[in-house]
Amino acid sequence: MVKEMLLSELSVGQCGRVVCLRTNGMIRRRLLELGLVPETKIKTIRHSPLGDPVLFQFRGTLIALRREEARQILVSPQSL
Amino acid sequence: MIDRGELNNMGYGEDPECTGGAIIALAGNPNTGKSTIFNALTGLNQHTGNWPGKTVLKAQGTYVFHGKKYVVVDLPGTYSLLATSAEEQVARDFLCREQFQATVVVTDATCLERNLNLVLQVIEITSRVIVCVNLIDEARRKKIFIDLEGLSAELGVPVVATAARRGAGLEELKVKIEDITFKQIITNPRRLVYDPDIEEAVALIEQNLPGPVKKRFNPRWFALRLVENNQSFLKDAAWPAWARFCLP
Ligand SMILES: Nc1nc2c(ncn2[C@@H]2O[C@H](COP(=O)(O)OP(=O)(O)O)[C@@H](O)[C@H]2O)c(=O)[nH]1
Ligand SMILES: [Mg+2]
Repeated sequence: MVKEMLLSELSVGQCGRVVCLRTNGMIRRRLLELGLVPETKIKTIRHSPLGDPVLFQFRGTLIALRREEARQILVSPQSL
Repeated sequence: MIDRGELNNMGYGEDPECTGGAIIALAGNPNTGKSTIFNALTGLNQHTGNWPGKTVLKAQGTYVFHGKKYVVVDLPGTYSLLATSAEEQVARDFLCREQFQATVVVTDATCLERNLNLVLQVIEITSRVIVCVNLIDEARRKKIFIDLEGLSAELGVPVVATAARRGAGLEELKVKIEDITFKQIITNPRRLVYDPDIEEAVALIEQNLPGPVKKRFNPRWFALRLVENNQSFLKDAAWPAWARFCLP
């Protein structure tokens, strides 16, 4: 069984698949609107110098998310 | 029917050049070629300013097609009508008041999927929508082929492919705009269905909305904003006095 983890815990270069969003209200809607629906493949590209925000790649685009947002997203990591 | 008085309040119609035509809204994600299409349609017959009370650029212009005048309003580029930014608020406020004859949603053929979120949000407000799949030349170059008929069937609204920088597809776009504006072509936008508990609440609210609200807004759309407790919409300072009485 693949262990699930938070998107914020993926290491740079690692890929995962979105399992679910653990948040509600407007943050949830904003993340869904960016295309972060379950099953979406996402990759951590780079951390900014202060660790926040973090740059991710999904659906063909690079998007920076706040660490706080990335902590709301449960992913199943792809084995390296 | 367009309420000229209200249009004036919103900063439209103060220019005699821009009155008396069918109003066409241009919506779309940033960088999809909205301004290119706006320029191609209106040529030099355009002017810019700010949206009332906002530092967001407003561009509007006119063109004549088959003897009829059209006023095109270039809405700010947005990914959503959630209204978490001034741009989204301007676009949402314009669209939800439905004081236009047609809306063209400009999309990027090279990343259509990302653009469909806004398309779905717009067809939830209004049925008078044309989806413009722009940058079709760029998509072809990247070996992306769009099933335009399939897309139109899925969305229930007309779809036109354009390569606006070369001017390709713009005649067809004008024809589709004319169809919706003057030929009463009926679209059948895909209805987004929510979970049963939400649908139940929406139906109940919809039935009980005050008359003026039902008259000026799409009742289902309005009820959905109440259900999601969308504060940026419900607490909007730009609400006319009558509406503030009607709101919780
Ligand atoms: N190849 C190609 N480029 C386009 C097309 N439409 C617009 N562009 C280019 O895309 C860029 C963004 O266009 P613009 O109209 O400013 O987009 P806006 O942000 O939606 O207003 C510009 O460099 C345009 O020249 C098109 O159909 N094909
Ligand atoms: Mg523009």
